[in-house]
Amino acid sequence: MLLKIEDLHVEAGGREILGGIDLEIKDGRTCILFGPNGSGKSTLLAAIMGLGHCRITKGRIIYNDADITNMPIDERARLGIGMMMQRPPNLPGVKLKSLVGAVAGECDIVSRANEFRMDKFLDRDINVGFSGGEIKRSELLQLTAQSPQFLLLDEPESGVDLESIGLVGKKVHDLLYGTANCDRDKKKRVSALVITHTGQILDYIGADHAFILIDGKIKCSGRPADLLKDIRERGYKECIQCRMVKM
Amino acid sequence: MQNGKDVKEALNKKASYGPDIDLDDYKVGTYTPDKVDRLESIPGDVKERMVNVGVMPCGTGRAGTILFNDNGPVHVSSSSDDIELMPIRKAAKIYDLSEYLWKAVPADKDKYTSKTYIEDSDGYFIRVKEGRHVKYPVQTCMIINRNKQMQNVHNIVIVEKDASLEVITGCTTKKHVTESLHVGVSETYIKDGGSLTFTMVHNWSDDTYVRPRSGCIMGKNSKYVNNYVILNPVRSVQSYPVAYLNGEGASVKFNNICLSHDGSEIDTGCRVELNAPRTSAEIISRSITFGGRMIARGKLVGNAPGAKAHLECKGLVLNDGGLTLAIPELESSIADVEMTHEAAVGKIARDQVEYLMMRGLTEEQAVGMIVRGFLEGGIKGLPDDLKRDIDAAIDKANLGS
Ligand SMILES: Nc1ncnc2c1ncn2[C@@H]1O[C@H](COP(=O)(O)OP(=O)(O)OP(=O)(O)O)[C@@H](O)[C@H]1O
Ligand SMILES: [Mg+2]
Repeated sequence: MLLKIEDLHVEAGGREILGGIDLEIKDGRTCILFGPNGSGKSTLLAAIMGLGHCRITKGRIIYNDADITNMPIDERARLGIGMMMQRPPNLPGVKLKSLVGAVAGECDIVSRANEFRMDKFLDRDINVGFSGGEIKRSELLQLTAQSPQFLLLDEPESGVDLESIGLVGKKVHDLLYGTANCDRDKKKRVSALVITHTGQILDYIGADHAFILIDGKIKCSGRPADLLKDIRERGYKECIQCRMVKM
Repeated sequence: MQNGKDVKEALNKKASYGPDIDLDDYKVGTYTPDKVDRLESIPGDVKERMVNVGVMPCGTGRAGTILFNDNGPVHVSSSSDDIELMPIRKAAKIYDLSEYLWKAVPADKDKYTSKTYIEDSDGYFIRVKEGRHVKYPVQTCMIINRNKQMQNVHNIVIVEKDASLEVITGCTTKKHVTESLHVGVSETYIKDGGSLTFTMVHNWSDDTYVRPRSGCIMGKNSKYVNNYVILNPVRSVQSYPVAYLNGEGASVKFNNICLSHDGSEIDTGCRVELNAPRTSAEIISRSITFGGRMIARGKLVGNAPGAKAHLECKGLVLNDGGLTLAIPELESSIADVEMTHEAAVGKIARDQVEYLMMRGLTEEQAVGMIVRGFLEGGIKGLPDDLKRDIDAAIDKANLGS
């Protein structure tokens, strides 16, 4: 098992957002996380990454057999966890080029920024004044420099125009199949947990399994295409009732 | 006009800001330092100190070099016909300097100016000839050699009509010097259409007191950019340069970058008087305190129609225990001026640090990257050498919180 989350309770802003999450992801698998606005999806990703605004009050996060529940963020990054944030912070004064260069190490990703249509942004302060779509492409450029083994993608396609969706989809695909970065990671299939509302990203990547998160709890799981169809046709509430019966 | 008696009386006059210093604690002007004929002959450790304050120890890429050890000029060399570069005592023998001496800085301002006046201190004299554009910067270096020494200098820079010049001045102490006092009076005159970029880098010992006194009088459509950088520990710096924009269309920009370490007290800022129509000013200050005291002042005085000015003071507090104080002031005597200010003091945003850590940077690297961006961001046209120095100082400072 690559990721194992056990009875995870998380507080943010002084109240409980996640109320006991159990979730497993096998190595090499891509899982989808569905759920209505405010259900706690981004909070779950933040807790896996270790961001400070989430306080874990109970439960454990096991990654590759190591308990990472209280591990510093940079150590998790070094273990291969990489995240695309839904709403990343502005970094005034820090140039995109500096970060990408620092993260990529030996591998020259800076000169490939044009593939992400980010070449004109290299000398801009990270995220400052970036449009929604630009943020996504910037996050993907940074992740490519990082070349993680486990991807946490928070709505990679949301806010991306119809022309750019192909580019974003391809870059996510490249990250997942390990062909994005230099040779070093070519062989290994990358695992992922991807949040999506529309399922559009599924046109570009294959997904093995999906979960639905509602009110801070995983309410059901199944094949991504099935769950998406149910959510589309009947909405979250009905979908869950129906599946609960089936389960 | 100041008369000698008033100036002598000012010897007891405390400065408006900063801790008071007993001048009797320091020796002044009692010896003549040895000349340095060739810059190459400067010892390695001194060269290193010079490089740290942006001074090229062999003079490459510079239009001229003037070097002071304690109170004496020890080296003057120049490769440009566009400039006159010499000690001010020598210049006073050749020219009538009465229209430049003590006109931009009053001699009876405080005990430091008074002392400099009474000692008739030497210093550098730099003049660019009318209409000339000096391609390379002129560099000046002030070194304190002896312990318990007071370095007193009186400098004059004149940019004649339609001329342009860049000056880099580095001030430092020799390695073994611990306690010392630097008093530097600098008077700058930029005539109509003239342009001056003046970059000053300080690197003192941690027990040095520093009291610069600077004033700049500016003519029509003249331009002045002043960069001040202090990155290393110092006991106390107090400076408050003034720019008088007396000619229509004159513009000035002050950029301050200060790191205040534990045990340091830096009280700096500037005042700009917009005395003529359509003048403009920008004051940008970026400071970081690592447990030291940091006072960032800035005052804009709008006295003429169409004056436009902005003041921006940002301070990062990295350690507890110090003090950061931003004092922006706007003053206007007439209606048709546009003056704004922005001040912010705070700690590094946690979410920014975490974002960089998420990409695999250690906390220390993340903080360093943000701090570097904070110091350099917003200040355009910083010389590359200076950026390197800033990077090095940040690397050296222990940022792991
Ligand atoms: N730092 C915080 N302070 C206060 N409330 C927070 C904080 N972080 C998250 N929340 C709250 O937790 C709930 C879950 O937020 P989260 O961002 O995880 O939702 P989400 O499922 O990602 O929603 P969306 O689909 O809209 O992105 C929301 O009600 C949100 O307001
Ligand atoms: Mg979200």
